[in-house]
Amino acid sequence: MRLRNGIAYAFLAPYLLIFATFWLWPIISSFLISFQNTRVNPWRFAPSLNWGRLVGDPAFYNALYNTLIILVIQVPVMIALATVMAVLLNSPLLKARPLYRFAFFAPVVVGEVAYAAVFRLMFSIDFGIVNKLLGTVGISAISWFDNATAAMALVIIAVTWRWAGYNAIIILAGLQSVPGDVYEAATLDRVSKVQQFFHITLPLLRPIILFCVVLSVIGTMQLFTEPFLITNRGGPGGGTETLGLLLYRQGFNSLNFGYASAIAYTIAALAVAISLLNLFFGRQAK
Amino acid sequence: MKSKSRSLLMRRLALHAALTPLAIIWLFPLWMMFVFSTMPDYGIFNPDIVLWPSTNFVENFNVLQTETNFLRAMFISITVAVIYTVLSVMLTSMAGWALARYRFAGRSIVIAIILGTITLPFAVVVIPQFIMVAREFKLANSWVALIVPPLFNSLGVLFMRQAFSMMPSELFDAARVEGVKEWRIFLHIALPLARPTMAALSIILFLASWNNYLWPLLINSKPGMMTAPVALGTLIGITKVSWGGIMAGAVLLTAPILVVFIFLQRHFISGIAAGAIK
Repeated sequence: MRLRNGIAYAFLAPYLLIFATFWLWPIISSFLISFQNTRVNPWRFAPSLNWGRLVGDPAFYNALYNTLIILVIQVPVMIALATVMAVLLNSPLLKARPLYRFAFFAPVVVGEVAYAAVFRLMFSIDFGIVNKLLGTVGISAISWFDNATAAMALVIIAVTWRWAGYNAIIILAGLQSVPGDVYEAATLDRVSKVQQFFHITLPLLRPIILFCVVLSVIGTMQLFTEPFLITNRGGPGGGTETLGLLLYRQGFNSLNFGYASAIAYTIAALAVAISLLNLFFGRQAK
Repeated sequence: MKSKSRSLLMRRLALHAALTPLAIIWLFPLWMMFVFSTMPDYGIFNPDIVLWPSTNFVENFNVLQTETNFLRAMFISITVAVIYTVLSVMLTSMAGWALARYRFAGRSIVIAIILGTITLPFAVVVIPQFIMVAREFKLANSWVALIVPPLFNSLGVLFMRQAFSMMPSELFDAARVEGVKEWRIFLHIALPLARPTMAALSIILFLASWNNYLWPLLINSKPGMMTAPVALGTLIGITKVSWGGIMAGAVLLTAPILVVFIFLQRHFISGIAAGAIK
């Protein structure tokens, strides 16, 4: 490679221009706005207004609590499920592989709104197919939208359905890069398949699974569409309100951009912190 | 030997016994989306369990079309997705080419920035982006607002960069010796070789634009300028609404993508997996 400043930046210019305008400046600007009182015209510098409110706002703690609950339950369940899917899909014994692959990967291409609509209808309390099917095995109808615990479970089920296949794709790609002779040697040494999974496959997959966890954490921290559309604007009574939804309501319903920016920075800081913790403990666990 | 083949058979059976129920559960919402879209509303509210399609799709679609001009919204979504994909592939391949093939001052800073922004949630920039586009540029409810701000795509740059850096440099050096200009080398030698990568990237970008919800919801909320997901989203949660119509819309949003997915599964998968292997 030769030193080519002019040509390199000519190729980079359009991309960097978009980056500077729509990402770099907004990242800085968001930080500055969070220190402004945006409910007066013109905006005024008020360094402790929004951050002070955040620290004492029960709505913020409610949204934070809900988001963390979803994170703590949904991410491990989904990653475990995705790992199982990937390992089973990778088995040489599997027949009709394209069919199974389609079943698990199809949700990845389905839009949030379309899937939110069908989940909302399927889990409807009186006429939803899920409660009807539960009824056939003697389980009484669950109020998926009126009971906060059930509503949280619904959000978790929906997100898991939508994203498990996505993670399975990534894990499967990782599995396929594991050389087959590792397993051959293990089989010759009479190591059982289950032991092979825990002692060979999982350790080899660790970096990829960690990557999936980090991606999922970032996604969950800003979870918005599912509680917005499926459980009806974070219902019942804020029972599924997430940080992403709180940001939306403060920013775009109340038009309080200053407070919304403080929430946005909190989301980003938490996402980065939790990702770093994951990476740290993921490395340690070796 | 015999017992070994029997245990292999048992393992095969167990594998399919575990995967088949899971696959059925996973396909169930998609199947029900289709079934609901063909049912009249009284069929949806029927206390019986109905798992088989009916014949009411066209009527449902007509309801949807009168409630929200869905064909117009589909037209906007398709146009935006096509233009966005073309522009984004252009930008990301140019940037990827520069990062893969030239040494220049500030190269490591640019790479660090791109890697850094991958992990930043969209939430951090959404407020200022909205203020800038809607209030300062006065571009709310415009085509530009839908297409331009999402053009920043770090994953795409890394994906293209990887494709270009795996090409042998002799290819380009030979052309340089003959005095071919750099942009011609990029356009006529490098890009054609990167076609498979560009195909995978295009599919992922098209899908992302087609399904994008939050940004179009915020910036283009005027009825005539809504994308299809936004138009459909406005109907969800309204009490007096036709579920059959909503489901017809959901099918129209999903079915084309699923068909493409069936035929181009390999590209979809390599595009998604590329996010992991950097």
